[in-house]
Amino acid sequence: METLPIQVTVNGRTYTAEVEPRLLLVHFLRDVLNLTGTHIGCDTTSCGACTVLWNGRPVKSCTVFAVQVDGGEILTVEGLERDGQLHPVQEGFWEEHGLQCGFCTPGMMMTAVALLNENPDPTEEEIRKAISGNLCRCTGYVNIVKAIQYAARKLREGATVHVGGA
Amino acid sequence: MIPGPFRYRRVRSVDEAVALLSQLGTDAKVLSGGQSLIPMMKFRLAEPSYLIDINPIPGLDFIEERDGMLRLGALVRESTLERSSLVRQRYPILHDTAEVIADPLVRNLATVGGNLAHGDPANDHPATMLALRAQVVARGPNGERVIPIDDFFVDTFVTALQPDELLTEIRIPAPPPRSGGAYLKFERKVGDYAIAAAAVFLALDEAGRITQAGIGLTNLAYKPLRAVDAERALLGQQPSEELFRHAAELAAQATDPVSDLRGPADYKRAVARTMTLRALRRALERAQANA
Repeated sequence: METLPIQVTVNGRTYTAEVEPRLLLVHFLRDVLNLTGTHIGCDTTSCGACTVLWNGRPVKSCTVFAVQVDGGEILTVEGLERDGQLHPVQEGFWEEHGLQCGFCTPGMMMTAVALLNENPDPTEEEIRKAISGNLCRCTGYVNIVKAIQYAARKLREGATVHVGGA
Repeated sequence: MIPGPFRYRRVRSVDEAVALLSQLGTDAKVLSGGQSLIPMMKFRLAEPSYLIDINPIPGLDFIEERDGMLRLGALVRESTLERSSLVRQRYPILHDTAEVIADPLVRNLATVGGNLAHGDPANDHPATMLALRAQVVARGPNGERVIPIDDFFVDTFVTALQPDELLTEIRIPAPPPRSGGAYLKFERKVGDYAIAAAAVFLALDEAGRITQAGIGLTNLAYKPLRAVDAERALLGQQPSEELFRHAAELAAQATDPVSDLRGPADYKRAVARTMTLRALRRALERAQANA
């Protein structure tokens, strides 16, 4: 069985590993690095529970091979909190009750982080469009939208956020 | 779900990709955005021995207008196409198409080249490219060839690309004055394939008569479909609601959908008629605004 060496920066820390080409990024994160905050939902590129940022863009980590991200940077939900301080997006989900069972939440928050990096003041429509690849079966999305609006306000008010960096 | 084992090769030039494809033949699949291929590998519907990852090839992600053509590199991501101001202003039909493909996360990786090369009649770009009379550029061991889009789609998941060829570029004729296009998709939910979708491109002469008509249809036959009779019925005519209804009916008659979870065949044909009619109206609005 062929294995290939990869080097990946995850949440600011650099890892090297020998992986089979068929190893999916989500399995690399969960099973090799023990970063189980990234969830496996549908496993068929539909639900977005496994969303992580790859070089800043939200992608479904069940539909990327670990070998593809060699040399790249990955940000997972574990990389959002800094020094015991929740990221404004995490704080928003807490304050606005943006979850019920919580299964979709890590992926949902990663998409929200990417959206707010690109568009600090999104309209409700822009938020709903941005999260349209992340399915939530509990909330009806209303509080998720509020949570992201909370985070957007907080970030615009100048909350200092450094995520993923050492 | 775990894909079958395969060997992975990363290439940094088109020549390198073509050399590997020539050597490996049908044992190899090209990995572009991977958003169709990887799910198929997880279901073991595809079990290539080799994946040739073309993502590291520099310079294949251009969006530029040159010599009367829009040129799209094979590695242009759908999200890039969706955000392009050139595309939004000059090729709104392409913007319409990009923004309804799968979902925003998939679009961050999915590529225009892959959407065509996959040969899936449920994909969205094929209908639009048929309506726009696009050309597909492929590079093989004997050099480059340009494939008219009408010759590109051969069968379900089968295109005119040979096993040793790489799709490198898509060319779309620049829109003449008084022209416009639109893509309308009816889907059960974000991320699903179309129940039916229609791509329409129209150009008008100074008197307002239709001089060019292109109609492509998504997920309504074993391969992407051009509604040739409907196009012919439009040519030389003054646009009118009656004419558009007639053309939409001809387009619906050209379809051959299968009954499945997205609905019975008759329903899909009816949706095809409605999508074509609405796309005709929107294309006309845009053509008239573009005078």
